[in-house]
Formats: sequence, structure tokens, C-alpha cells
Amino acid sequence: MAMIVLLVVVALVVFWVIGTYNRLVGLRNQTQNGWRQIDVQLKRRHDLIPNLVNTVKGAMEFERDTLTAVMDARSKAMGAAGPADAAKKEGELGQVLGRLLAVTENYPQLKSNENVKSLQEELSSTENKISFARQFYNDIATKMNIARQTFPSNLIANNFGFGAVELFQITDDAERAVPSVDLGMKPPA
Amino acid sequence: MNLLEQQAANRRRTVLVMIAFVAFLAVVGGGVDFFLIGDGHFYLPIATTGAVGVGFFSSLITYFHGDKAILASSHAQPLDRTMASATTDDDRLRYQQFQNVVEEVAIAAGLPAPRAYVIADDDPNAFATGRDPAHASIAVTDGLLRALNREELQGVVAHEMGHVRNLDIRLLMIISSLVGAVVLLADWSGRSIGGSDNDEGGAATWLFFAVWIVAILVAPIVAQLMAMAVSRQREYLADATGAELTRNPLALASALRKIDGSAEPTRAIKRGSAALCIADPTGSSVNEREGRLADLLATHPPIAKRIAALDAMAYQGAAAK
Repeated sequence: MAMIVLLVVVALVVFWVIGTYNRLVGLRNQTQNGWRQIDVQLKRRHDLIPNLVNTVKGAMEFERDTLTAVMDARSKAMGAAGPADAAKKEGELGQVLGRLLAVTENYPQLKSNENVKSLQEELSSTENKISFARQFYNDIATKMNIARQTFPSNLIANNFGFGAVELFQITDDAERAVPSVDLGMKPPA
Repeated sequence: MNLLEQQAANRRRTVLVMIAFVAFLAVVGGGVDFFLIGDGHFYLPIATTGAVGVGFFSSLITYFHGDKAILASSHAQPLDRTMASATTDDDRLRYQQFQNVVEEVAIAAGLPAPRAYVIADDDPNAFATGRDPAHASIAVTDGLLRALNREELQGVVAHEMGHVRNLDIRLLMIISSLVGAVVLLADWSGRSIGGSDNDEGGAATWLFFAVWIVAILVAPIVAQLMAMAVSRQREYLADATGAELTRNPLALASALRKIDGSAEPTRAIKRGSAALCIADPTGSSVNEREGRLADLLATHPPIAKRIAALDAMAYQGAAAK
């Protein structure tokens, strides 16, 4: 009888270990997937910027500084390593990009240009996709971190080397203060 | 209930509805065999077998192709085709924006982007359908694209994405297709009862006859009430999920206000698909009233109540900061 109880207990523990391990692996894969999704959107942002800059360059001769700042921030962001660094540099890129779009508002011929409108739409969409991808990644990464810090799943996480996951955080207070890049652009009714 | 429980509950309900549908057909077919063909006796269950077979296959076909039928009956066009035939730059920009918003919200939900459809109708409305998130479609009217700004559109698409993620789309697709079939069938067999003359009857015969009649008379009403009840419940949850995805409940609230403000019937969307829409496309005023009868007959909860719930979410969000 004692034997059977022991066996049942052992079997339960084994099942629990397997289940928890698999859950952690699932979460880890989801975080990696979430991170790749952010990456895809950031790349798209980097690809769109030269298009926008080239389109508005002719009309915005006087804003050369802004344009250069955008291109500089872009190349810095493209060379970022790791979530924390990327978050910081992408944040800076977001800021100058916001400034560029705000300045664009002062040029009526740009505001009514279909090409610019379409690029702006693509850019605000990409900004949204980045923030949603970041939101999704952070939610999953938080779930993962909770699982690896709380008892009893931390036993499994520690023994099988599930490391902490870095969140994609806005570390810069300045970026927090910046209004969203979305200019509320709505096609005229 | 968490997400997995919601999905499991919807899977279970879908199977139950399909079983109930087949059972209903079996009763109708049995009655036809007994009263019309057999004249009070069971010889060969021809109609029963036929009806059960038809019920089974139509359930399966609905499961796999119901979304296409619903989209076709609402005259929804795939977005790329609408985009290609857009005449003005403004229209093209609107469609581009819709496509982008669908992709954005899909990223927020961590799901594949649903196919986007546009319905050429001036009344603002939207619905989602499909059997699972990988085979989902979101359709909006031209009127919706014109009336809402970017954030509001995002709120509406996120609401529909909520239906997709919670698997409401599967349940509502099955219900709305099969309810239509039940109504048709009941109508048909109700008419053929008049032609039967069975005068020899034991108690059992009469009992079965009574059950048969009641089933035929009551089934369509029950089916419709059930569809309404299910859809009513799911709307609040989809609003909440939408707010969770965009973290912007006020945009959805403001979209609902605009949709409410132009409560004309959405002609392109058929009555049978009413339960799927973000706002009742029939433009009936039942949905705006409170009380038991209104609760029973409405496909949607009053928009004012939904807006109040969303505003409360925004208030809590602001207080938490």
C-alpha cells in the first residue's frame, strides 16, 4: 500500500516536472517569437525612413538639420545590440521622427501630397505595430519572468537554466513625454 | 474565466449547437417518416436518415465554409479587390489604413492577421467570422471607414479581434447559419403537416405528434433566442478584449457613439448575420431598451451600457497611473 502511494506521488511529481518544463519552453519560444516580431517592425521602420526623407527633402530645404538627425538616429538604431540598447536608440529615433513629422505639418504642399500622406500612414502604422509588438513581447516576457521567479516553477527554471528575459522598456523619461507620432491623420471625409 | 477557458467554453458550445441541430433534424425526419410516409407506423426511416445525414453534412460544411457564405451574403469584397477599384486617392488611403490597422491589431493579439473585407454600405458597421484565428475574416462597411478616425477604427477592429481570439466567431458562425436552416425547415414541415391525416392514434402516437409539432413550432424561436443571448453576452467581452489589445477603451467608446448616432439599418448585412455585427444592423430600437423582454429580443446590449463600461475602464486605467 505504501508502495503504491509512493509510486503515485513520484508519478505526480514527474508529470509536474515535465509539464512545468514544457510550459517554460513554450514561454521562452513565445518571447523569442515576440522579440523577432519587434525586430521585423523595427526593420520596416528603418526601411521607410529613407523613403520619407527623400520624398520631403526637396520641399524642406530649411530643415536639413532635422533630416540629418533622423538619418543619424536611424543608423545608430540599426547598430543597436540587445533589447535595452535597442529600446534606448529606437526611442531616440522615435523622438526625432516625431519632430520631423511635426515639422512636415508646416508645409502645405507636403501635407496634400498623396505620396507623403501614404508614407505617413505607413509610418504611423509601423509605429503602432512596434508599440503593439513591444506590448505583446513585454506581456509574454513578464509571464516568463514570473514563472521563473515564483515557487515552485522557479525550481525547474533554475535547474534547467531558464534565464531572465529582458523587457523592452522605455528607459528615457524624455521619450515618455513626447506626444505620439500618430498625427491623427485621417483621410478627409 | 481566462482566455483558455473562454475558448474551451466556445468550442463546447459549438459542438452542442451542432448536436442540437442534428437532433432537431432527426425529430423532424422521424415525424415525417411516422406521420407522413408511414401513416402512424415506422417502416423504413428514410426521412430520418436523410435528415440526419443532411444535418450532419450541413453542419460540417458550415463549419468549414460558413464564413464564405456569410461574407458573400453581405456582399463583402476582399480588401485588395476594393483597393484596386478605388477611384479617389482618399479612398485608397482609407483602405490602406484599414489594412494597416488590421495588421496592427493582429500583432497586439499575437495572432495571424485576419483577411480584411469591405462592404459597400453607407451605414457604419463591422463583423468578424471564421472557424479559428488562422481562418478569420473581418469585414467593415465603407460607411465605417468614412465615419471613424484612425484610433476609433483601431478600437472597432480590436473589438472584432476580440471575437476572433475568444473563438466567438466559430460559435456565432455556426449558430447564425444553422438557425437559418432551422427556421426554413420548421416552416417547410409546418406547412406539410396540413397534408397529413392520421386518425388512428394511441397515446404514444399523440405524444410523439405533440412533441413533433412543438419541436417544429418552438425550435426556430428557441434557436433565434439562443443566438441573441449568446451574441449579447459576447459583446461586452469583445469590448473588453478590444480595450485590452489597444489599451485605449475611449477610442472604442467614441466609435460606438458614432455608430450609434447613425443607427440606420445596414442593408447589405442580412438579418441572419445580425448577431455577428458590432452594432445591430437591423437598426431596431429593442437594443436600446432595458428590461426583461428587451433583454430577450435584442442581439446586442444597449450601446449606452457598453460605452459606460468602456469609460469605466479608461477611468480605472487613469487612476492606476
